[in-house]
Amino acid sequence: MKEITAYGDKFNDGKIQFSFTLPIKCGPKAKEGASLLLQKMGFEEVQIVHMQDLHQDFTFFVAYAVTQTTINPDKIQVIEHGAPHWDRVEIDNIIETKWKKPIVVVGACIETDAHTVGIDAILNMKGYHGDYGLERYKFFEVYNMGAQVPSEEVAKKIREVNADVVLISQIVTQNNLHLKNLTKLVEVLEAEELRDKVLLICGGPRLSHKDALELGYDAGFGPGTVPSEVASFIVDRLILKGEK
Amino acid sequence: MIKLPIEQSKIDEARDIARQIVNDMLWLFKDYSSSTIERTVARFFGIDGVNSLDVPLPNVVIDKIKEQNLLEDGFVFHFCNAAIHFELGAQELAEKIANEDIDFKHIPIADKEQIYKKAMQFAQWGINKINEQKKKREDLQSKYPNNNNPFIYVIVATGNIYEDVPQAKAAMQQGADIVAVIRSTAQSLLDYVPYGPTTEGFGGTYATQENFKIMRAGLDEIIPEQGRYLYLTNYASGLCMPEIAAMAAFERLDVLLNDALYGILFRDINPKRTLLDQYFSRMINAYAGILINTGEDNYLTTSDAIEKAHTVTASQLINEQFALITGLDKRLMGLGHAYEINPEIKNSFLYELSHALLARTIFPEAPLKYMPPTKHMDGNIFRTFMVNSMFNFAGKLSGQSIQLLGMLTEAIHTPFLQDRFLAIENAKYTMNAIEDLANQIEIKKDSFIVKRANQVLDETIELLKTVEKDGLFNALANGVFADIKRPEDKGKGLDGVFKKSENYLNPVLDYLKVKLNLQ
Repeated sequence: MKEITAYGDKFNDGKIQFSFTLPIKCGPKAKEGASLLLQKMGFEEVQIVHMQDLHQDFTFFVAYAVTQTTINPDKIQVIEHGAPHWDRVEIDNIIETKWKKPIVVVGACIETDAHTVGIDAILNMKGYHGDYGLERYKFFEVYNMGAQVPSEEVAKKIREVNADVVLISQIVTQNNLHLKNLTKLVEVLEAEELRDKVLLICGGPRLSHKDALELGYDAGFGPGTVPSEVASFIVDRLILKGEK
Repeated sequence: MIKLPIEQSKIDEARDIARQIVNDMLWLFKDYSSSTIERTVARFFGIDGVNSLDVPLPNVVIDKIKEQNLLEDGFVFHFCNAAIHFELGAQELAEKIANEDIDFKHIPIADKEQIYKKAMQFAQWGINKINEQKKKREDLQSKYPNNNNPFIYVIVATGNIYEDVPQAKAAMQQGADIVAVIRSTAQSLLDYVPYGPTTEGFGGTYATQENFKIMRAGLDEIIPEQGRYLYLTNYASGLCMPEIAAMAAFERLDVLLNDALYGILFRDINPKRTLLDQYFSRMINAYAGILINTGEDNYLTTSDAIEKAHTVTASQLINEQFALITGLDKRLMGLGHAYEINPEIKNSFLYELSHALLARTIFPEAPLKYMPPTKHMDGNIFRTFMVNSMFNFAGKLSGQSIQLLGMLTEAIHTPFLQDRFLAIENAKYTMNAIEDLANQIEIKKDSFIVKRANQVLDETIELLKTVEKDGLFNALANGVFADIKRPEDKGKGLDGVFKKSENYLNPVLDYLKVKLNLQ
């Protein structure tokens, strides 16, 4: 397959839409500055279509430009967890017949993050997008620790309930705080010699499977993930592949 | 204004039950106090600064009293007794306590009336400061009245107060009326208020008295040019509710997040602690003329916004009653609710409008605070922007008073400067386009909107009856609100709750009660 680039309204026209702010007083100089910035990034045919004074010497721009950069679709590599996607009944069946006891799951939104929406979507009975949460499954024993849980508390809980799986959520982040938090948890689990005893999974709007592997997790799930996807991965890895 | 044809007798019934629920809790306020309440009194005495380990002096003093097992007597009794004995002012004595080991038990006890007089004399510092700020607000508001309706409310959250100021000023110049400096995420669980200007926070900027002062000065600078009073918000929630309220009153903040139940449910703070702290903090707000915002919107981010709509209404009614017993004017009760129904549901807007009109109908005088969609928003910023337009439409049409704008980058990161501008532009356009629409239309009596509102009110009454029967503490333990269970003897901050001894004195509380015409 041949090289491709951004599609505006014609194949390989390379058109891209931008919106950004510069800390500069609104005026002709600001407009030229915005255009220069895009040119320096390698864009051509730069059009600043809208400029707006945001006050306090800030200016907002909407722009279009053309890129010559291309990619080859045949050479794109994606790192995926590769687990099949079963439904709740199938998953419960696999656990019942092959594992023969409930899988113990500890979930938490850790450290600075106070937002439970992600961990709740996966764990709470109600679930997400019409897909029931892990609490609804017969063969998951779920401990949802909620938000702002220190990493040390997660470790304590893992020991207390003898967890098989740990789900860590990071929703709201600033200055890549989520990466620091996730790294800290891995360090705590390693120090406590718990890392190899559990399947460690993270999730959040800024996370991918690839990111998760780099951070020392067994899997990562991004936005839009439904509970049965996570449950399928757990069953595939823990039971069928026998890995923790 | 659009009126929902709902029987007033049903609204009265719901309100009566809520009043009973709150009346059953009065013993708590009469017999108990908390460490942060005591630290608040210390702040009224003008005690400020930190020790060599950066611990705020109000904490140092109250901790020393607690170490000597004297906390039941309260801060005032031993502190003012020592002040008489050593012949020192409040700040001097606080520093002495921080630097030396003072054995309070071995100081001869002065006449109790004399101690009380000393305390009242010290407390005058804080009272004067609040009086000055009230006067300043009144003067500015009469010179530069802000008649926007609803008020447009946005948040800044850089973590650095010096970077927050130009962002906040820019937002006001773009057309916002209220700015909140969101707090660093972990601050609600700190049992002290950090000190001084701060330039690093996580997901927000620390609430400190110095940061309050810096932001207030920044906004004041542009009030004359903008020709309307600009409102500043912070958060009197977590483990230091009354201390934040006092500091906010000293520095003329105008709005405080201040919910009777939020800390219990969403921060796992002990129920007794939260109720005690909100009580005293609301008296300070009532006296200082600070508008409160309650946090019912949070129920809908945790539970389903249709199934649990009635928990919002029930909580608003309970919050109203808890506010009334502190002397808070109804015009200062910014009860909260939210636009959180799944956008994929057919007629979702009708549900939203029904719920918003119900709140407006039940609380005609309250400056209702309407929160934007968050739960079902994702990385599709264009769709989020569209849903935010409908939210702004609903807010204007249903006569909400404070519209907290949704950001198109919800669920991605804290807002970019341009996100805030686009949100303000969205709200300005939508609201201007329908400025007089509410006066032109009425809702059909047998419409879905009316039926739905009645259904929510009926469910509210049922829920309130259960809470009244079980008692508020048991209801919280049973997970009635937001499906979260919070027992009375668990949660953070319980170690700061104590039963008042016969020696206990709180002249600030007494003074506020008199001024607010409370018994």
